Amino acid sequence: MNVLVVLIPVSLILGGVGLIGFLWTVRNAQYDDPDGSAARILLDDDAPPN
Amino acid sequence: MSTAFSASPCPGCISATLASEEVARKLRANLRFSVPGVHCAACIAKIEQGLRTVPGIRDARVNLSLKRLSVEADDGVGEAQIKEHLAGLGFEANPLDQEALGAEADPAGRALLLRLAVAGFAMMNVMLLSVAVWSGAADATRDLFHLISATIAVPVVAFSGQPFFKSAWSALRHRRLNMDVPISLAIVLAVGMSIFEARQSGAHAYFDAALSLTFFLLIGKFLEHKTRGAARSAARELSALEVHRASVMVNGQAESRAVADLAVGDHVLVASGMRVPVDGDLLSPTAQMDRSFLTGESEEVEVRAGAALQAGVVNLGAPLTLRATAVGEDTTLRRVAAMVELAESGRNSYTSLAARAAQIYAPAVHLLALLAFLGWLAASHDVRLALNIAVAVLIITCPCALGLAVPAVSTGAIGRLFSKGLLVRHATALERLAEVDLAVFDKTGTLTRPGFDVAGSGLSAVEQAILLGLAQASDHPVSKAITETLGPQMKPAPLTGIEEIKGAGVQGYFGRDRVQLGRADWLGADFTGTGLRIGDTEARKIETTETLREGARSAVSALQNAGVPVHILTGDRREAAVDIARQLGVLDIQAGVRAEEKLERLKGLEDRGYKVLMVGDGLNDTAALASAHASMAPSSALDASRNAADIVILRQDLANIPLALAVAGSSVKLSRQNFAIAAGYNLIAIPIALAGLATPLLAALAMSASSLTVLANAMRVRLVK
Repeated sequence: MNVLVVLIPVSLILGGVGLIGFLWTVRNAQYDDPDGSAARILLDDDAPPN
Repeated sequence: MSTAFSASPCPGCISATLASEEVARKLRANLRFSVPGVHCAACIAKIEQGLRTVPGIRDARVNLSLKRLSVEADDGVGEAQIKEHLAGLGFEANPLDQEALGAEADPAGRALLLRLAVAGFAMMNVMLLSVAVWSGAADATRDLFHLISATIAVPVVAFSGQPFFKSAWSALRHRRLNMDVPISLAIVLAVGMSIFEARQSGAHAYFDAALSLTFFLLIGKFLEHKTRGAARSAARELSALEVHRASVMVNGQAESRAVADLAVGDHVLVASGMRVPVDGDLLSPTAQMDRSFLTGESEEVEVRAGAALQAGVVNLGAPLTLRATAVGEDTTLRRVAAMVELAESGRNSYTSLAARAAQIYAPAVHLLALLAFLGWLAASHDVRLALNIAVAVLIITCPCALGLAVPAVSTGAIGRLFSKGLLVRHATALERLAEVDLAVFDKTGTLTRPGFDVAGSGLSAVEQAILLGLAQASDHPVSKAITETLGPQMKPAPLTGIEEIKGAGVQGYFGRDRVQLGRADWLGADFTGTGLRIGDTEARKIETTETLREGARSAVSALQNAGVPVHILTGDRREAAVDIARQLGVLDIQAGVRAEEKLERLKGLEDRGYKVLMVGDGLNDTAALASAHASMAPSSALDASRNAADIVILRQDLANIPLALAVAGSSVKLSRQNFAIAAGYNLIAIPIALAGLATPLLAALAMSASSLTVLANAMRVRLVK
């Protein structure tokens, strides 16, 4: 049962990292154009900009 | 993206990035456009790449969800120029007024998303611990897990549950019950009871249930906010489509001023093709006005100096000057808007399906939980047991169908309609639209748009080509009508030296002949209106007529096939109306109807038991739009009419009107189905909870299963054809 002392903090920290990651995406306006993000994956934008 | 480029080995890429950074500092203008036609990845690529090759444009970015385009351009590049390029790419675009659009950030939405994320994080962690308890952790381990759960759950519920607590508290303070009262009660009681149980080393704790209840219902709240926010931002966008500035003569100099700042007595300049911003008396000797927005008349009207002009009429002739007699709230336009607010108050009293269900649901749940508590208290004389069972009842009757499924259905339906160019502005619009059994259309500007009468003008093919070449160079309403009619049929004649003479017309050279399109007196002709003159020949009159809007015919016949009869109600002459009605196959026409009468006719129909859908664009339709059971207006309508309509048609064509009715009908049907599904779950789960057999595991299963079923069912609204 001693393994719980490690596992529970680990699960909380991992979840916390996910939460912080999500908050970062919210603050960076990643959800402002969901339809556009879905469509843009089809674009060939490998060419360097003029 | 920029990191990807700087990491690339190609030196040219790095210099390109540096160069663009340097230019970025010089950026002045940031223009925004509404582009209703953009719908796929190819459109994005076409617009963005097409515009980036235009000199002076630094960057272009399409927002597909909002169908909006932001352009970063140097100072020299104007809105008109970009609009022209977009037209060349095949996209219709409307510039948006930056001030009216305002800030785009949505702090309330982000706050809700934050609460949602925190609740989700906590729910998953607590669920992990709960699964261990359910699968057999006992004694000290179980107590430890419960205590850890409590440490996570208490602060998270206090933070994430706030939207429910606030709304419940404000309802209770006004001695009302709303949906959030039983939700808040369930969350608070579940957490409180579970803390007590955890300290007493009890077997059951409902931390996971309290958190998943918060999480699921926050999703519903967030969806609801998104839908309402989209409608609000769209309404702002519509008002941003209109120019809110006017030119005023001050000491012989034209000065630009906001329409709101105009004063009585100001001499206001109105350019050709622009709308008169305030009521006033005409100072110029003569003027040609399009009054269709006010009266529905399709023909232009000639007025003389001293005539009273109302705000909203369009100047078809040379630039004119008027002396303002009424501004701001006193104009005819604003008086109509005030009338609309009055008519709309009736509509606001419409109770939505969800509100009616909540009126039954909230008291029923409270009563049930109270009865469970009292019954078990009487039977067992054990407060703790009775309270535990009452909490289980509250949790198991989770109002997910109400709090989650209804917002999910309406968000899906509104999103689906928006992608088809229909903007839903009113929260209960879909439900009212689903009940419609009669459609009334305005004619001028709604079913029809001004067109060029090819046959009536009697021009040869070469003359038509010259006409098209000249018309393309001007933004005047008559020129636009000519371009729209002739453009798809032929190529313009090759003209040289085209120039626009302000207030007169357009001229150019066809070979060696001078060709002119413009005001009759400028051409030296003796008729009124617009004429075409080629070389030294006599000027010819350009006849205008009405043509049907795209999709009008298919929309009308689809409505008739769906069992919704169509009527036409117009302020125009009978002959004009009959002609259009015959083309559309409509039998019920009422012509020559004044604005006040439109409202009466509509009331008459509603008194006979019809639920009427009104589609109109003019000021004369505004009151009718506001009082009809449901209403639609094209985006070319006046601000006042658009504000009165439930749905605004963003594209030029009307073909999607029947789809709106179909989507509305199926969204109401799906909401009803979801209530039935939720009721089914409760019929099984409530007796179990009342019998005292419910465990936290069972509650979690019932809640998740019912939430997911109603959500999945709600998604079907996106499939309606």
